[in-house]
Amino acid sequence: MDMLGYTLKRMAISVLTLLLVAAITFFLMNAIPGSPFMTEKSTPQQIALANAKYGLDKPLIVQFGNYLKNLAKGDMGVSLKMQEGTSVSKILFGQGKFVLSMKIGLLALLVAVIIGIPVGVLQAYYRGRWIDNILRVITTMGIAMPGFVVATLCLFEFGVTLGWLPVQSNSLETFGAYVMPVLTLALNPMCRIAKLTRTSMLDSISQDYIRTANAKGLKTRVVLFKHALRNSLIPVITYLGPLTAGIITGALVVEQIYHIPGLGNYFVSSILNRDYPVIMGTTLLLAALIVIMNLVVDIAYKIVDPRINITKKGD
Amino acid sequence: MNNEAMNQTSEKKMTAAERAAMIKNNKILLDVDGLKVTFFTHAGQVKAVDGISYQIHEHEVMGIVGESGSGKSVEAYSIMGLLQKPGRIVGGKVTFDGEDLLAYSDSEKREFRGNKASMIFQNPMTCLNPVYTIGDQLMEALRCHNKEISKAEARKKAIEMLELVGINNADKRIDQYPHEFSGGMRQRAMIAMALICSPKLLIADEPTTALDVTIQAQILELMKDLQRQTGMAIIFITHNLGVVAEICDFVTVMYAGHVMEQGTVDDIFYNPAHPYTRGLLRSMPNLDDEKGKRLIPIEGTPVDLLDPPKGCAFGPRCEHCMKVCLTKQPPMVTVGDDHKSACWLHIKEMKELSSGEVTK
Ligand SMILES: Nc1ncnc2c1ncn2[C@@H]1O[C@H](COP(=O)(O)OP(=O)(O)OP(=O)(O)O)[C@@H](O)[C@H]1O
Ligand SMILES: [Mg+2]
Repeated sequence: MDMLGYTLKRMAISVLTLLLVAAITFFLMNAIPGSPFMTEKSTPQQIALANAKYGLDKPLIVQFGNYLKNLAKGDMGVSLKMQEGTSVSKILFGQGKFVLSMKIGLLALLVAVIIGIPVGVLQAYYRGRWIDNILRVITTMGIAMPGFVVATLCLFEFGVTLGWLPVQSNSLETFGAYVMPVLTLALNPMCRIAKLTRTSMLDSISQDYIRTANAKGLKTRVVLFKHALRNSLIPVITYLGPLTAGIITGALVVEQIYHIPGLGNYFVSSILNRDYPVIMGTTLLLAALIVIMNLVVDIAYKIVDPRINITKKGD
Repeated sequence: MNNEAMNQTSEKKMTAAERAAMIKNNKILLDVDGLKVTFFTHAGQVKAVDGISYQIHEHEVMGIVGESGSGKSVEAYSIMGLLQKPGRIVGGKVTFDGEDLLAYSDSEKREFRGNKASMIFQNPMTCLNPVYTIGDQLMEALRCHNKEISKAEARKKAIEMLELVGINNADKRIDQYPHEFSGGMRQRAMIAMALICSPKLLIADEPTTALDVTIQAQILELMKDLQRQTGMAIIFITHNLGVVAEICDFVTVMYAGHVMEQGTVDDIFYNPAHPYTRGLLRSMPNLDDEKGKRLIPIEGTPVDLLDPPKGCAFGPRCEHCMKVCLTKQPPMVTVGDDHKSACWLHIKEMKELSSGEVTK
């Protein structure tokens, strides 16, 4: 199969994945009893009226069909409750929430990769020595500790006791405000990447082509980072897909703890408020991000290793 | 003697003996003196190379033969500074072109590797980095020793080298990845890479072992041609005596980290002095042999280097083994012009000779 055919097929699969995500989210969220308009004061008539206004009185399958029809036109509906009447696309993209979350997420991803990979390389090079042992303990701890624990500890230590960094990050106006949320979010994936890199580097540096590279008289730095690392990147790249998902879910927690008015924070509130269109819109947006990341991963494979033929089946 | 003269004389198809005689008057390029390499493993000390000495003259092709595990590769890695932990050079001297290799700093070692001496390996399928193009790997070898050379010049030189080692369409092939090359072509590319900085010495560690027979012959022929063209010295490591006869001027026979016998190709093939060498020759098929003649393997198993015998390393497997062989290591005895052998039999013969003379 050629590259174009492959790309088309991958895109079709991506759309199908998103449809599936939409369906599951839609029916699950409606399976929970109650409605967005149910409050202590509202009468059954009021609820029925509101339901009718937003079409929530129709059978579920019809509602879902309508949602998809509108979605195809680029209309994600309006918020039912949190910002009643405001269109979901405006909430997602127009109010800076998504940008804020993207900033933290991308920074965390960058930090995880930029620190995690060299740490893994260092560990592999000094395997079994004290530096490797210390880093191994740290990375294991980083993987074992949940984000909210790290966040709470950070808040207490750097925010309260030492007072170095702001306790509430809010809209991330200052550099200092970024530090704790990004590091909290990056810690776990960073340690995972370090471990993955270490393992696959250990395999690479015992390969014959590394001996060849040394026999040429290359500097150790070049041998490690050019010859060994590139061959070790496949497992790390494979992890980038799940990593994106992990950062997105991590952001839900981190934004809550640091009081960042980002998408994650809003997403949680939308679920608590039963704001159906907002839940749907956010879920689809995040799912799309993960799908795109997986596409990027496939292309990255090909760039890193010329032997990989992503368009061929069963390789 | 200079390279030109060497070339001209080689035009006239020198015999092996003539070549050997010329070469031994050349300047000494590499002098290995009592080299000892030990691996410090959990199980104990493995004395992989236990005091070997030899000299390589300029333009010389020396074969190192010996069974698997005799320390051929370890010895070569030590010279190149490629020895991996837990291996360590624990004794001896290595002098290259008058410089003490073992005293080199790390950066001097890097400068030496690939530039003054380079090395090719057994398995060309795994020795090239799969994720970089052939050209990239060739140019890198050149540019890491020659910082001034531009990318374009390096590429030109790389194409030249590929043509030199007999790769067709070099200007297209240079942008291909190793997996697009066959085994023989990869070994050619390895040779091109090793020679791109015009080293004075090439160490070839079983460069043909992993290839099929016809390709083996081609690569051997190529190496011989290139040696005659460039005049570099070659250390040719192999356990195939046939290959030795094909390309080498001198031969060093190794066993269990010791040198057993050294001499010219003719000495080793037509007048082997050491029982181990004779054993090797008997276990090798030969076209001239009469039909139905059996190959005779060397009995027993190679030495356990963790617990080597006190005397001659080959003693326990030797058909001529005497008492002294099991208790004391034999000295290196000169048995011919350039011919040395480490065996107690020679001492015994000498004693008999001299006592015979006395009684006469
Ligand atoms: N990393 C190591 N740790 C311990 N012992 C080693 C190590 N590398 C090599 N040796 C020992 O050194 C000895 C010599 O090995 P070497 O590879 O030089 O043999 P060789 O003559 O090249 O054999 P072959 O023909 O199989 O390549 C072997 O007996 C081996 O046990
Ligand atoms: Mg070997």
